[in-house]
Amino acid sequence: MAIEIEKPSVGLSKVAVSETHGEFHHILQVSFDLLEEYLEKHSEATKWENKSCGFRKNALFQDYHGLQSFRKAMASFMEQIRGGRAKFNPERVVLTAGATAANELLTFILADPGDALLIPTPYYPGFDRDLRWRTGVKILPIKCDSSNKFEITPEALEAAYNEAESMNIKVRGVLITNPSNPLGSTVKRSLLEEILEFATRKNIHLISDEIYSGSAFSCTEFVSISEVLEARGYKDAERVHVFYSLSKDLGLPGFRVGTIYSYNDKVVTTARRMSSFTLISSQTQQLLASMLSDKEFTQNYIKINRERLRKRYEIIIDGLKKAGIKCLKGNAGLFCWMNLSPLLEKPTKEHELDLWKSILHEVKLNISPGSSCHCSEPGWFRVCFANMSEQTLEFALRRINDFMERRKCMRSTT
Amino acid sequence: MTRNPESELEPGSRKPTRTGMRLIVPLQGIVQGRGGLLLGSLIPCALVYFLQVYLKRHRSSKTLSPSTSAENLTELPRSSSRANLLTRGSIGRVHVSSRASSIAKPNDSPYYIGLDRVQEDPYDEINNPNGIIQLGLSENRLSLDLIEEWLSKNLSASMLGEGGNDLNICGIATYRPADGLMELKVAMAGFMTEVMGRTISFNPSSVVLLSGATPALEILSFCLADQGNAFLVPTPYYPGFDRDMRWRTGVELIPVHCRSCDDFTLNIKALDQAFNQARKRGQKVRGVLISNPSNPVGNVLSMDMLYNLLDFARERNIHIISDEIFAGSMYGNEEFVSMAQILGSEDSDRDRVHIIYGLSKDFSLPGFKVGVIYSFNENVLAASRKLARFASISAPTQRLVVSMLSDIKFTREYMKTNRERIKKMHDLFVEGLRELGIESAKSSAGLCCWVDMSRLISPYNEKGELELWDKLSNIAKINVTPGSACHCIEPGWFRCCFTTLNEKEIPLVIERISKVVETCKRSA
Repeated sequence: MAIEIEKPSVGLSKVAVSETHGEFHHILQVSFDLLEEYLEKHSEATKWENKSCGFRKNALFQDYHGLQSFRKAMASFMEQIRGGRAKFNPERVVLTAGATAANELLTFILADPGDALLIPTPYYPGFDRDLRWRTGVKILPIKCDSSNKFEITPEALEAAYNEAESMNIKVRGVLITNPSNPLGSTVKRSLLEEILEFATRKNIHLISDEIYSGSAFSCTEFVSISEVLEARGYKDAERVHVFYSLSKDLGLPGFRVGTIYSYNDKVVTTARRMSSFTLISSQTQQLLASMLSDKEFTQNYIKINRERLRKRYEIIIDGLKKAGIKCLKGNAGLFCWMNLSPLLEKPTKEHELDLWKSILHEVKLNISPGSSCHCSEPGWFRVCFANMSEQTLEFALRRINDFMERRKCMRSTT
Repeated sequence: MTRNPESELEPGSRKPTRTGMRLIVPLQGIVQGRGGLLLGSLIPCALVYFLQVYLKRHRSSKTLSPSTSAENLTELPRSSSRANLLTRGSIGRVHVSSRASSIAKPNDSPYYIGLDRVQEDPYDEINNPNGIIQLGLSENRLSLDLIEEWLSKNLSASMLGEGGNDLNICGIATYRPADGLMELKVAMAGFMTEVMGRTISFNPSSVVLLSGATPALEILSFCLADQGNAFLVPTPYYPGFDRDMRWRTGVELIPVHCRSCDDFTLNIKALDQAFNQARKRGQKVRGVLISNPSNPVGNVLSMDMLYNLLDFARERNIHIISDEIFAGSMYGNEEFVSMAQILGSEDSDRDRVHIIYGLSKDFSLPGFKVGVIYSFNENVLAASRKLARFASISAPTQRLVVSMLSDIKFTREYMKTNRERIKKMHDLFVEGLRELGIESAKSSAGLCCWVDMSRLISPYNEKGELELWDKLSNIAKINVTPGSACHCIEPGWFRCCFTTLNEKEIPLVIERISKVVETCKRSA
């Protein structure tokens, strides 16, 4: 019998020693004042009542179902964001401590280790970590490119699926982000229907990460998969799941509130049980339940927030245009997808990263290079516009302008 | 290589029966986290007020009154998720993972079934006097009034003047380190130092904060073991370990049986035997998982025993996870000794010791979801910090807890009073049982006692035990946890939590138990 030679230091698992991925956080600051105003108004309206028996009687459940009033409020908020074009049932809302946890949890449920999810590129870099790390699930890209505004095509879907098959990898689902991060654009209805049709044909899941749904610049620009389902009487719905969170639309990432909304009973039950590993504190649920149930506040917030985002977007697009930079036409989200490929000496990832470093260094603006988002075309970058004041944005745009001028000079002298 | 998706594999079914006793493997659903019910409108009122006060930013003009959201609270109807979903959902023709399939199965552990039963028919003095009295959830309701009092006094006091940049919604709302605010780590380290007897000082940099002890344990499991590896766990143990340590990690638990003749104390020889047997099977053991003070028995490990355990771990080059979540709930005469205490400062063994803590038990705050991994191993800390992103504590909660734990006068007073109350209830309960001729294991900590009803069961095996459990549930209308759910090798032991009761309810519980005792004696 072989004797194992123990290492002198006590061993750690593979998960513990694996590499981490960078942080790509940005937060919504444009509408903090609305939240502050709400909280100010509403804590004064209610009175302190020191009923100890009431206190016990109204004990908050620390229960994986979550506070019902909060689930109702989340469902109603999600409906409002979609202009009432889709209904959400509070019984299907599963709560998690943040969207990150929701992403991982659903992956545990839908796929076994070694299975894969298909995700259109470019995609949010955090997926590489959140969907794969502990789950052992793979991500296979659905390649999209600028020839058609980085939209998913049925051909690209098929190609990705077939590639997986040829490698003997079982595909368990397609994950789309709508509105897209990093593109800042929404997926049109007909395409949603095509993707759903594809998923049905292959008998796989369709996950729609709609975490930026409240950040579409106008209510009608965004079509949710839930609307598509409702319109067809929920046919094939059991394979569809939606992510949502308050981190982006409400700018409350610190609260750690995420949801999985699933049309599949088994997934809801299982996700709920698994959410024991990532519960939201009961008092946060309580506070937010009050706020999100206030329909007047939420309607107003959604409307104003959209307006402000649209205005910001226009400022940045304008500013970039003046600097000679083209961007993908966007209609949602907290960022835009800009094309700096003309600046690349050669269209390679290395040159993109060099350019990225120069921008970081000279413009001192933290932007995300497309390669970190697995973009197949080098030279694209994501720049956030909602996480700074307007002043700072103007300032950043001036710096970008200067940077571009310098580059122009450099090129004309070489 | 992927597993066959169609087979409803229950990972537990891979396990051969080792000790001749059938293991109940509750991989299935759980009703709640490690704790249960919690505070009411108080906390959210406090929270709204709290945030609001932050917004004021040093404006001192108005006296702000905290809000209540009592009117917003609805009674949460906790019906089974399966029953109430609209049929618009699925029949599940599309695949779910084998992990999910096993989790989706209905509960079959009496631990969970009991909790469900109480949900359906909960005792209420006025509204449902014949309902089931809950003794199956280790939750402390004895001292919530103290917390309520602190909140009522301290919210109006200056949260304003804490100085610093984070006193606005920006500070609470934005992204913060996944493993918790530094202020909370500091406050928690201080609290742990208090709780563990002030003989050692806990270092905030070694604290990783998580949304509860449940994820803390799972994350440690992911960090210390690969799929298929195992931990040795002395029995009887907390049924939740089977879920927390195994569910998603693919790690296994090997029970190491402790016996009543040893007062259910850890037995190093038995650990050693289990380790060797595992090795012969080709199974890699990564560590030992203990709860100290023990759940469900309520005993604590002596310093000698801790040293012996450390020696064992060193010889085998494995880890020790010490779940010390009940450390502050001591009522006996012994001093609690934490694993942290026996490690020297230059000890190379420091790398193998990891402690779990949290506020659910000692501080009666399960709803807050505050758990801790405390480790001396830099690599484990680094990995846990990263994994904490999947289980972070809500920022407003962190703020509130920082204030509470920083009020050392309050926490000391709270811990002292709480201990006294636990002791009182314990003594009353144990005495009451004694009058029925039922003895309990020696215990000095925790929220439960480990009760010997073996003379009442027939046959003297798990079946007999479950029959008694059923009688207790259906006739006596009390929910207790049978030893088999805790993997106890001796039938007839039951875990009874007495901190969910008030003093008046103890005679009622005893009386109900006596009815069943009579039935058992008559049929014997």
